Formats: sequence, structure tokens, C-alpha cells
Amino acid sequence: MSTLLEVRDLHVGFGREPRDNEVVKGVSFGLEAGKTLAIVGESGSGKSVTALSVNRLVDFGGGRITKGKITLQRADGAAIDITAADEPALQRIRGREIGMIFQEPMTSLNPVHTVGAQIEEAFRLNRGLVGAAATRAAREALERVRIPDAAQRLRYYPHQLSGGMRQRVMIAMVLASNPRLLIADEPTTALDVTVQAQIMALLAELREELGMAMIFITHDIGLVAGIADDIMVMQHGVAVEQGKLDSVLDNPQHDYTRHLLKAVPHFTSGSAVRSDGGSHAAPIVTVDNLAVRFPVLKGLFRRKTGAVHAVDGVDFELRPGETLAIVGESGSGKSTTARAILGLVKATRGRIEAKAGRSGRPVQMVFQDPYASLNPRLNVEGLLAEPAIAAGQRVDAKLRQRMVFLLERVGLTKDALSRYPHQFSGGQRQRLCIARALMLNPDVVVLDEAVSALDVSVQARVLELLIDLQREFGLAYLFISHDMAVVERIAHRVAVMYAGQIVEIGKAAAVLGAPQHSYTKRLIAAVPAIERRRQHFAVDVTQVPSLVRPAGFEPPAAKWREAGDDHRVRVEETA
Amino acid sequence: MNYLTQRLLTFPLVLLGVSLLVFFAIRLVPGDAIIAMLGTEAGLLTEAQRASLAAYFGLDQPIVVQYGRWLAGLFEGNLGISVTYGKPVLEVILARFPLTLELSLLSMLISLAVGIPAGVFAATRVDRPSDLVVRLFAMLGQSTPSFVVGLVLIYFLSVTFRMLPAMGSFTPLFVDPIGNLSQMILPSITLGLSFAAAVTRISRSAMLDVLSDDYVRTARSKGASQRDVVWKHALPNALIPVVTLSGVEFGYLLGGAVIVEQIFALPGLGRLTLDAISQRDYPLVQGAVLFIALNFLVVNLLVDLAYAALDPRIRLGGK
Repeated sequence: MSTLLEVRDLHVGFGREPRDNEVVKGVSFGLEAGKTLAIVGESGSGKSVTALSVNRLVDFGGGRITKGKITLQRADGAAIDITAADEPALQRIRGREIGMIFQEPMTSLNPVHTVGAQIEEAFRLNRGLVGAAATRAAREALERVRIPDAAQRLRYYPHQLSGGMRQRVMIAMVLASNPRLLIADEPTTALDVTVQAQIMALLAELREELGMAMIFITHDIGLVAGIADDIMVMQHGVAVEQGKLDSVLDNPQHDYTRHLLKAVPHFTSGSAVRSDGGSHAAPIVTVDNLAVRFPVLKGLFRRKTGAVHAVDGVDFELRPGETLAIVGESGSGKSTTARAILGLVKATRGRIEAKAGRSGRPVQMVFQDPYASLNPRLNVEGLLAEPAIAAGQRVDAKLRQRMVFLLERVGLTKDALSRYPHQFSGGQRQRLCIARALMLNPDVVVLDEAVSALDVSVQARVLELLIDLQREFGLAYLFISHDMAVVERIAHRVAVMYAGQIVEIGKAAAVLGAPQHSYTKRLIAAVPAIERRRQHFAVDVTQVPSLVRPAGFEPPAAKWREAGDDHRVRVEETA
Repeated sequence: MNYLTQRLLTFPLVLLGVSLLVFFAIRLVPGDAIIAMLGTEAGLLTEAQRASLAAYFGLDQPIVVQYGRWLAGLFEGNLGISVTYGKPVLEVILARFPLTLELSLLSMLISLAVGIPAGVFAATRVDRPSDLVVRLFAMLGQSTPSFVVGLVLIYFLSVTFRMLPAMGSFTPLFVDPIGNLSQMILPSITLGLSFAAAVTRISRSAMLDVLSDDYVRTARSKGASQRDVVWKHALPNALIPVVTLSGVEFGYLLGGAVIVEQIFALPGLGRLTLDAISQRDYPLVQGAVLFIALNFLVVNLLVDLAYAALDPRIRLGGK
């Protein structure tokens, strides 16, 4: 084995005075040909900047390598110091020797060129192929990443493909040059968990086929467990721990690694569900046969030609003090269900009943993105006053008292009142959102992916806060999430949604521990876990069915099967 | 039914609205064609003479009837007879339109040919001295009134160096292309430069946005050269705001450029409309405004078609 890449004492800074604004402060690592290094850390740890320095793309983001050496062993055997290379030399290395795939497949492809043209460009740049030869090579590349009907897909534009498909196109593009090093920067973070499993399996297969080395950047230590040889844990711009995968995972030395391993939600198939709380009281929210459809309009007179059946025939009950988690992937209708309950979208059909409990407004909501859901022009006092003003209350001393009380309950101090959202971190902002939701003393809080945008250690603390608040105020949570491990920590009951319908619902331990529906099983099998790191996943290319139905379409009535006490499963049609 | 026919079907509705507005608005201005034509002598008319003139111009009817008549004529393709020219309105307008169209196209061409490369150049050298120079010129170009630019150009190129004619009667393009172009080049530059400044600023800021997009980083990670990254990957994505701006500008230009036409003594639509208003030549004003509105509709349609050509997400629909 020869060393492919050697990074020594890398420092990277940003801004006018890069030496004073270093984001990476002295990172060193080596990578042998054909091996995989995982760089793990939370946002701001410098992991992406480190990786982008390896092919000097960091220059285009305003970064500057201020110190250190990056030595790449080129294919012809010569060594080159990347930090000293000029732009033409770097252009020959990018693509040809170092390929890269990025976090956001939705935005990483050029929207105005077909995917075929973009893959062909990679072949032209790195292998000198043009015309029919390039088209043929592009088609073969698409076939290698297991895209069906490759010849036709070449003519597709990126927006016509799903996120998983786009990420495969990105991988196909990288394969154009058979790079000896692939940098994968959180390539599956934006994808659904079953799609993530597909992409991970694909990367593992291609790595074997091509013998390429890989730098895999992630915030999810569980995800890399199955693919990495070595691991480097980063925090605040330095590598706090690095070594062989097994020794770091099984015997972590640094406090931060231990903390990270503990904070990462481990999915344990329902054996760690909550034993506290839950209730058998009369339901506070009853949803009966809810359907939300968005019309598909065509022509001058906007004639209705069909409908997107976003939510179709959903029923469930939420009892006081319990957490019902709705899990599912993007497009499954889980967020639409939540929005319908709050009246943010109009239900096409069905009955939603919320008992007016402690206040006139029993249901409140917390959204996913703590950065976008707080008005940047209002200070905290203004933000917290908003729901009260909307409910016709006066902003008086009593209301301010409640603000202070709630701020303290969510772990912030009284002096936060005069500050503005940008002065808080992501986790603190989400605490503000929670405090705002509690201002009117609701009985039910709808949490729509409320912890998904947070770093794992912050996520763990916000989850604990939510559980504490639930106990203290007797809140019922409708917890919408795609993350099975998070759901396992907070849910009493779980509903699994797929293609607009609930396919399985019941006690958390039963649904997560003994899933009955084939989709639930698939979803659970795709959850990455440190414990299951040696398990092999086959590439699975199942696609979610289209939700667009012709006008007048009514789905057949659901048949349900009891799988145990409080555990119902939709009967699957054997087709 | 396709998109194009859908759009074309909305045209008559818009034009009807415009015609209503202009028909009644122009009559709100005090005075009429008789007073405008005869000036102070209008006071010397006898009651009978005045009545017969009013009947001749159709001004004796109630305003709604006047509108009805005019609208009926419109459906037969008859915009009425110009009071000042004594010729059909359509004929008068169409005689002026080639010049305005040529002037508009030439100045658009100049502004895009200067503005887009300048904007791209500045965006790729953001905050460096060359960017600052481009920005300074763009600011100057936008804030200098066109008559100043026009006069400066005339002074240097025509009066001092005698390279191009400053005045003279207008030569149509198909009669004498060289003579025509030498007449049109200065006014086109005058109009084009101030608009080029706007194009420069908008293409610069659009390019800056696009250059930090993820797919540009992807292109770089493939090993694409700076030239490919800028012209193949970034520019097509940055053109949408440029097209929007150009469309609005082009629509205005087709309505005539009064000041520049005045300075360079060009018989264009702008001066025609202005004169018609001061002469209370109602049929001509109505016709000209309707014509300008139609130009705007066509240009807007072209802009939308350009969007579709530039962006497959608009062309093919979807997210």
C-alpha cells in the first residue's frame, strides 16, 4: 500500500485576514490508496473546509490555506504539493485525480443543461471524449450507477429527477475519470433514509470495483461505520481523535468523541422507547378520514385534470400528555397532515377535532428551520408577544412575566428578551420557537421536524427539554420526523406514513421493534447504526409511486389488520 | 390549447382596456383640436362655424358615442384620420415606426454587447480595481442624462472631428444603408450607453449570485476551466434578470425616445406622439398609444418565450 494523500499541519482561514480567522487549525492525516477516511464533526468543526482544501475548491469560497502541506501522489507517480500548485495544474487534478460529490444533489447540478451534457462534459475534460463516444460513455456511466433507462435519462434536466437520482448522476459524473480519490461531502444528508442506504451501498460497491480511495465527510458517526477504514473526529478546527475505525468507535479516547457517540441517536429497534408518560384518557385531537388533495390544473381555464393525493384517508387519535410520532420520507404526507391539523392547508375531506382545553388555542406548532421561522426584525419580546397579540391579549406585565417564565423553562435567561434572533445559535433559536409555541398554554404542540436541522449534541439536549416540558405541562406532541432514532427517544406511539397514507400505527415498542408492514421494515432496515456496521446492504432501487391521480379517483377503502394490543397494520395488496 | 394562443387571446382584452383609458384621459385635458389648430384665432369663429368644425371632427357627439364610433372603426382596421396630417392614423404611425424600431434594436444591441461582457468581467474580478472601474462607469452611465451624452457625442464626433453627420433629413435604411447607419449610430450609442450601464449592473450582480451556486462548484470539481465555468455554467443561469430588464427597456424604446429624437432631429414615434398630444390630435394619440401598448404586449410575450428558451424548468414545467 502506498500513501496517496498526505496532509500536514493544514491551516485554512477566511476573510481579509485569513491568519486571524482560521477555521482549520493544524490538521494532519494520511490516506492510503483504496482506503476510506471518515471525517466526522458537527457544523463549524472545519470538516468540509478540510476536504475542500484537498482539491483547493476552498479558494472559490473565500478561503485561503495559510499554512501546511498537502501532498498528492499523482497517477504517474510524481508527487505534487497542492497548496503550492497553480490554477492550471489544479484544473488537471480536479476531476481527473480527485472527484467530489456534494451534500445538496438538488442544487449541485446545473439546471440549464441536461444531465447527459453534464456527464459528457466530465468525459470531455478528463478523457478527451467528444461526440458519440462521449454520449456512449455517459450512458455507460449512468448504467454503472444503476439508473434505469439510461439512454433516455441522458436527455433529462436535473429538475426532472428525484434527489436520489441526482446524487447518482453526480456519482456518474465523478466516475468519468476513474479518480483515485473521491471526496464525498455529506452526500446523503439531504436524502431520505432508504435512498441514503441505496447511495451508501452504491458507493461501497463502486469503491470495491474501482479501488479508489475516499474521504467521507459526515456529521453522522453511525453512517460511516459501515464504510470507513479510518476515522478522524474534528471539533473547532482541530482533529481531536483519529485512528482505525474500530478502535475509535469501540474505545474512544477523547471526551468529545465519547460525547458524540453518546449524543448520536442510536436506533435500537424499539428497545429504548420511553416508559414514562403516555395515557389512556379521552383523545384531545381526533383525525378522521383526513384527505388533502392539491388540484392539478391545465389549460386556459385552469381545468382540473387530476389531483395530487398528498394525504389520503388518514385517521389517528392523540391523547393528552402523549407523543404520537409520524414518521415517513419526503413526500409521504406527514408535514401536510400536520399543517392540515393547524388549518394551514385546507382539508379536502375528513374531520379534525381538537378539544379546547386550557386555552382557546389548543394546538401550536414548531417548525423545522429555526433560522427561517423567527422574524429577524423582531426582538425576542416581540416574537413571544406575537401569539398573544394574535389571540387578542394585551402586552402587559403579566404577559412579560410569562415570557420570562418560559424563557427560563427552555434554558434561556431573562436578558434574552431584548435580543434579536441572529444573536442566538441554532439550538437556542429552536428553544425560542418552543417558548413561543407555549405562550398561549396549549394542550398540543405539533413539532414538524423540529430537531432535524440541529447538530447531534444540540439535538439531544432539545429532545430532553421537550420531554421535560411534556411532563411539566402535560403536553401532547405530534412529532413529525424522518429520523427513526429520534422518534424512538421521544415517542409513545408511532404512525408510519407512506405515499399519503398511514400504513402502520401503534405503540412505539411494537411498531419499531416488531414492524409488520413491508415499508416499515424497509425503513427500519435502512437506518444506519454503529452496531450494525458489518451488515451488508444490497442496492435497492424501489421508487416511491406517483401521487398524482386522475380527477375523480378514489382510493379503495383501507383494510386493517390488528397486530397486537394498540398496533394496526394496513393490509398490503399482493400485486 | 398551447401557451402561445392562450397569451394571444388575452391581447384584445388588454388593448380594449388601454383604449378606454387613453380615450377618456386625453379628453380630460382642456382644449380641443379646433383650439389647438387655430390658436388664438379660434376665438374669432362664429358659433355656426365652430359647430360645423366640431361636427366635421365628430366632436359634437356625446363622448360615449365618440368612443363607440372609434371602437367600431377599430374592428375594421380603421384608426381614424389624423387631424394634423389629414391622413389615416395607421399610415402616419407606420411611416414613423421603421425608424423607431431600428433605433430600438440598435441601441439594445449596443447595450447588451457592452453591458453583458462588462458585467461578467466585473463579477469575475469582484472587489478588485478592474471591478471598481466598471462599477464607476456603470454608475456614471446610469446617472448621466441621455441628452448630455448625446450632445457630447455630437460635439466631438460630428462638430470637432466631422466623422458623422449631426443633422440632415432622415435617410431610410433600405434606401441608403450606409447613410442611414451613419445617421443612426450616434443616437443608438446615446440611448444604448445609459441602458448598457443598467445591463452591466444587473449582469454583474446576477453573475455574483450564480458564481456562488453549488453547480458552479460542481463544474470546478470536474476540472472545468474558468472560461467554461463562467460562460457555459454561470452565464446562462444569470441571464434571466438581464432578459427581464431588456424586455422592459425595449418596450419603452419602441414607444419612442423623445429626447434623443429631438436632439438628433429624428422623425420617430416619440416626437409624433408628443406633437399629437399638444395638437389635441385625438385620433392620432389614441392610435399611437394603442400601438405602443401592442408593442409592449408583444415584447412581454417575447420575454416569456426567452425565459422558456433559457430555463428548462420553465420550458418543461416541474419543480
